[in-house]
Amino acid sequence: MLGAGILKGMAVTAKNFFGSYTDPSRLITIEYPEERQPLSENARSFPFLVYDGDDATKAIRCVACQICEKECPPKCIYIVKDTVKKPDLTGKMQTQPKIFDIDISVCMSCQICAEVCPFDAIKMDVAFELSTGDRFGKLLLHKQDLAKSNTYYNQIHPTEARAVDARLAMERAKAEAKVRETAAKLAQAAAARIEPPKPA
Amino acid sequence: MSDSLDQLFVHLKHWLVDLTPEPWQPWLSILLSIAAIIGVFAGLFAIVTVLERKGLGRIQNRPGPNRVGPAGFLQFAADGIKALTKEDIVPAAADKFVHFLAPFVLVVPVFLAYSVLPVGRNMVAIDLDAGVLFFFAVGAATELSPFLAGWSSRNKYSLLGAMRAIAQMISYELPLVLAAIPVIMLAGSLSLVAIVDHQGGFWWWNATAPDGAAPWYWLPKWNLLKPWGLAGFILFLIAATAESNRSPFDLPEGESEIIAGYFVEYSGFKFALFFLGEYLGMFAISGLAITLFLGGYHAPFAFLTWVPSWCWFFAKLLGLVALFIWVRGTLPRLRMDQLMNFAWKFLLPLTLINIVVAGLWKYLPRATVWQIGLRWLACAALLFGAYWLLGRTMTRRRNWAKRTYQMAS
Repeated sequence: MLGAGILKGMAVTAKNFFGSYTDPSRLITIEYPEERQPLSENARSFPFLVYDGDDATKAIRCVACQICEKECPPKCIYIVKDTVKKPDLTGKMQTQPKIFDIDISVCMSCQICAEVCPFDAIKMDVAFELSTGDRFGKLLLHKQDLAKSNTYYNQIHPTEARAVDARLAMERAKAEAKVRETAAKLAQAAAARIEPPKPA
Repeated sequence: MSDSLDQLFVHLKHWLVDLTPEPWQPWLSILLSIAAIIGVFAGLFAIVTVLERKGLGRIQNRPGPNRVGPAGFLQFAADGIKALTKEDIVPAAADKFVHFLAPFVLVVPVFLAYSVLPVGRNMVAIDLDAGVLFFFAVGAATELSPFLAGWSSRNKYSLLGAMRAIAQMISYELPLVLAAIPVIMLAGSLSLVAIVDHQGGFWWWNATAPDGAAPWYWLPKWNLLKPWGLAGFILFLIAATAESNRSPFDLPEGESEIIAGYFVEYSGFKFALFFLGEYLGMFAISGLAITLFLGGYHAPFAFLTWVPSWCWFFAKLLGLVALFIWVRGTLPRLRMDQLMNFAWKFLLPLTLINIVVAGLWKYLPRATVWQIGLRWLACAALLFGAYWLLGRTMTRRRNWAKRTYQMAS
């Protein structure tokens, strides 16, 4: 009969109306500034530079190899190498960036820089509340803005960070083993030189 | 006590008028009535815009506006300030004078319509003998506004919206007026106050009870509780929805296909005036529906007559507004052909049959309980039969012929 569908529809909307007052699970709105949803592990916004330990100025992983700068599709990374070298975790002397800038108004969050980095030094951040009144100054991030600790990286991308940490630990162990091996070899060689084989 | 509360505003007005010198009194009386109408209904508009947005939100399982003021109830102030401070843009090619005139042509007649609405006992600005006629006359005058707005904007969407609005409003004016006719027939008056008085009091069950037995009051004498009244109310409400351009009859606005129809070229305060006019039109026509069918300012039950009459009017008004919001949250927009078919093939015949039923109701005998029952049954059956048959033709699926493309093959 004409009108039956209308009544059925009215019943549905009435159920929604009263249900939204009695059943909180119906109101799925998250009122953002006060409430926020936990970010997904796969979330990504803009790149940041990882450093180990507590001091951002000392243990930054970046060695200023400039691969990311070259790979960056929109060319938003700008790196200047420092003349002073710094030791990395294994104690090997490495170059370091004097200037490392990312213009996040240009960055397209493609993650290519993070993928090409051989040192796991650049990773994707999840911070998204970056709006500012100064679109030239505040959107150009410098090294000190970009440097964030490995602890922070472990917080925002736990699975990925654990894998990276394991790999780095393995490489470090390998490097140390190699150092020990060469040291042993050198010692052997030195010993051999000191005590030349006696003529038969 | 309850009587003084009921007549509070009437006494207040008389007291104020008596304070002034003699020659000013008629003018002050008029001014006070106008100020009260504008103040109360504009305030109601402000609250209803928030309530509507909240209600629609809840229907869609959203909280609705809840930021400005307590629970978002000051949203209208923020919206008002925004509308007032916005730039008023008039298209270069527009007919400037008509473009300026259109919102006022909407708002002024709508306010005029309130002058004959009795919002409480002795609370009517003018008790015209032809109140219903006056109301429909000024109501029809508002139809000029969409056309002025659409024509003067020099915009194809505006014009399309205006054409839709005119077609719709004129088509639905007919069932609207015809649905009101049974009430006028049975009340025997065109005065809205007389129509409300006609619906006062209660039907009592044991009217013929022996002396000493208290009469057992039951149903109010509202027109709604009679078969022709119920049918008339529903028909009137449907036509009123179309007249006030509300969903599902919001084709003139049609934001999905013609952006906002005749509003397209309006911004800032002029748009706010259109908005105000539409809502005030809805309140006015709801007020007329209350007066004609829902017993005006009369209480629904005998034991509730101590509540002031104006409270009842506004309670009923808010109830009808809630119904409008509920319908808006439920029904999708009609198509143009559906709209026209519904008006001319369904509403119009039903309203005509309703007039016949009202005549039957008047002249069928009602001396005994059996005759009363039979009269009820006959009238209800006639209306329901007509509804069922007309509804069948409306919902019947047509066998469309297969479309052939002569040029394409």
